[in-house]
Amino acid sequence: MAQVKEYIGKVKPDWCPGCGDFGVLNALQRALADLDIAPHNVLVVSGIGCSSNLPGFINAYGFHGLHGRSLPVASGAKLGNHGLTVIATGGDGDGYGIGVGHFIHTCRRNIDMTYIVMDNQIYGLTTGQASPTTEKDIRTKSTPEGTIELALNPIALALTAGATYVARGFSGENLHLAQLMRGAIEHKGFALVDVFSPCVTYNKHNTYPWFRERVYKLEEERHDPSDFRLAMEKAYEWGARIPIGLFYKVERPTYEDEDSVLRGGIPLAKQPLERTDLAAVMEDFI
Amino acid sequence: MAQMATEVTVWIGGAAGDGIASAGESFAKACSRCGYHIFAYNSYQSVIRGGHVCMHIRIGTHKVYTQGDELDYLVALNQDTLERYGKRVMPGGAVFYNTDKFQAKPEQIGKNVQLIGVPIMELAGNQLMQNTALMGALIQVLALDPAGIRSLIKERFEKKGDAIVQTNLNAFDKGMEFAKTKCQPGGIRIGSGDSKRRPLAGGNPLIGFGALAAGCRFYSAYPMTPASSLLHWLVRYGVKAGLLVKQCEDEIAALNMAIGAGHVGVRAMTGTSGGGFALMTEAIGEAAMTETPVVIVEVQRGGPSTGLPTKTEQGDFFQVFGASQGDFPKAILAPRTLTECYTMAIEAFNLSEKYQCPILILSDLYLAERLETFEGVQITNVPIERGEMVTQANGDHYRRFLDTPSGVSPRALPGTAGTIFTAATDEHDQHGIVISDVFTNPGIRAKMMEKRMRKISAMAKELKPPQLEGPADAELTLVGWGSTYQVLLETQEVLAKENLKVNILCLATLWPFPAEQVRKILEKCKMTLSVENNYSGQIVKLIRMETGIGIQHHLRKYDGEPFELHQVVERAREILKTKPKESTLVSVVSDEGVPADFSPIENPPIGAEAARQH
Repeated sequence: MAQVKEYIGKVKPDWCPGCGDFGVLNALQRALADLDIAPHNVLVVSGIGCSSNLPGFINAYGFHGLHGRSLPVASGAKLGNHGLTVIATGGDGDGYGIGVGHFIHTCRRNIDMTYIVMDNQIYGLTTGQASPTTEKDIRTKSTPEGTIELALNPIALALTAGATYVARGFSGENLHLAQLMRGAIEHKGFALVDVFSPCVTYNKHNTYPWFRERVYKLEEERHDPSDFRLAMEKAYEWGARIPIGLFYKVERPTYEDEDSVLRGGIPLAKQPLERTDLAAVMEDFI
Repeated sequence: MAQMATEVTVWIGGAAGDGIASAGESFAKACSRCGYHIFAYNSYQSVIRGGHVCMHIRIGTHKVYTQGDELDYLVALNQDTLERYGKRVMPGGAVFYNTDKFQAKPEQIGKNVQLIGVPIMELAGNQLMQNTALMGALIQVLALDPAGIRSLIKERFEKKGDAIVQTNLNAFDKGMEFAKTKCQPGGIRIGSGDSKRRPLAGGNPLIGFGALAAGCRFYSAYPMTPASSLLHWLVRYGVKAGLLVKQCEDEIAALNMAIGAGHVGVRAMTGTSGGGFALMTEAIGEAAMTETPVVIVEVQRGGPSTGLPTKTEQGDFFQVFGASQGDFPKAILAPRTLTECYTMAIEAFNLSEKYQCPILILSDLYLAERLETFEGVQITNVPIERGEMVTQANGDHYRRFLDTPSGVSPRALPGTAGTIFTAATDEHDQHGIVISDVFTNPGIRAKMMEKRMRKISAMAKELKPPQLEGPADAELTLVGWGSTYQVLLETQEVLAKENLKVNILCLATLWPFPAEQVRKILEKCKMTLSVENNYSGQIVKLIRMETGIGIQHHLRKYDGEPFELHQVVERAREILKTKPKESTLVSVVSDEGVPADFSPIENPPIGAEAARQH
């Protein structure tokens, strides 16, 4: 088995001390080590935001792209070389705000990759505006009278859109989170791991103690992750008790399994460029 | 006595949904298989009466460069078509129509034009056979070999079974027989073709074919007219050849997916029109900043905004040129012919990998959706140049964004051991480590900007230089770009017959702009006339920006239709004869008129200064 240190990147994370993202990074490194996937066979794709700096902090190939566009880049990369382990990472603003359209379509596409969202319910990098998962009536820099819009429910959304592995972790529960990530990477299909990753600087509401008082593990209550209706019910549980763990898991053929070009084939990136089959196409023009 | 012409033009018009494109395509293909040159274009001349479509098919014993202006034979599938164009049919020609649908009167057509009413029900017993039977009559009157179209009927309906094939063949034969017994042979007949079997296609399939030949394995797109036929072509021909086609949720995803595929080493392309391209804008800079090879096709239609979805324009140059924030290397290629659609697609992939940046192909509806014969393209020994690749680690110091004299850094692909890096859209150093905020460093930033931008001059050196075509001492130089090329060539031919000498500077490489070469050419020109399918003269502005040289006279068209040959010929002739001292700007429209109750405001005449400003 590989050592966690093999996945530690050359750059030291510049997150604020106490940021939830440290826990997410550690859990991901642990999950990869546990699965013994060589760093050079991993591609981590992110967007923009504090959490999207993660690819630079992990020893793996990385693509740190535009705000909200990690999923299409990751999808293209996975379809281009399905031999790679592809992991998209980012925050709630990136994935559930500007990129939410891609999120929904990526769920229903079921490409075999993992999406880790460091959900801190705030825009941290831009210094504290309301995000799509900010709870209603919370005052932020952009909503001094409290947010009017309802918070988006990423778990329910992923379930509705057809994701085949839907989990939520908490940065303060590192081993549990690493297990969820390991399951997500091992899962054949699109896996979402939404992570409560507190922003200690700009979110004074959803703090570590706030979560510690509320979260409980689905596994400890014998939740059946094959039951879609139950998963949906749990997705809406919020308040005094908030579930973390694996909500739902189902086996469905992946996009790569069903696409006629990829099915059982060599990755596109390894195919030769020179073609010998052009004459027949030319004949069709005549 | 029939004239044996070197060309003949057939228009097939009717309502959208009358199957004009399919009938027209079959007819065009049948003619091309007889060794004729073809140029066909679907003019959607007006929507005033709802979905009027007219396909112009020009057939020649020599290369025909445009859809032409004349009308020899009209197939009118509805009364509207007859009313619009009946009088334009040349003496010696004919009008074909279905007598079950409407009655045509001799006063609706010109003198010496045959009116051929075909009783479809009586002949074929089925109105669905209308187009096939009319084709039979047309082939007979034109005295063309029916073998070509008969074999096309078989190919087209093969999958539907023998009965359908037979029904269509019968209808075709009945149409021929009817014309043979009831009509005069056509007064305008074309001489024999050279029996060479030329390919017949449009610009979108040729870009697709070029991509396939270049080893493209990934095409992601969102449907948008007029780029959708590229998507359809690649689905049909690419997928079985191992090219993955991915329809996406929007154009933002389409380009980002192509970038993802390009990042792992797949030759990837996306295609769209102006509106979709607007959504791709941010990701173009992403490709440039992460130094990811990707090819983007923009097939222009009339703008602004959703504009004219089914009509042509050359109005997106500045959008494509200015797309995405900041300075970065890229190339913009504007194919002028079908052959260039193919060769420039290949060139685009090679440039994108050699210089690790986005390469843009700027086409338009007129080029994309025409049907034209061409002399074939080179399908063997297609040049494939991937640029410098690192396939195994060389020590522990791989720097993905190494500062080199050419600006190009040898590229490693994810999956390679020992060359791990992160590609970031934020500014980064040679290793790829982000230097955008915490570790910011003005010196490194400047170096990295210079490294990327250096790629432009290296790339510029290998692009095909622009050329002045025609007599060097011509009195007038026609200046254009992209799809207007062939109307300029034909203008040159027509005027040469009148002993009027013009030459042509038609640009295909728009960026990096070949400023030195264009300046040298233009400095020697006498009078200049720009011909652009847009309102503001976008390439005129580019030329002035890059060379300091202003074009003297301007011909513009922004009504959604391509230039008609006579419009360019007449303007050029006028300038040659009157030699205006002041700069002139003339806008032309296709002759459909505007309703009487439309605003009578006319554009004020434009003086030299105003023309320069335009």
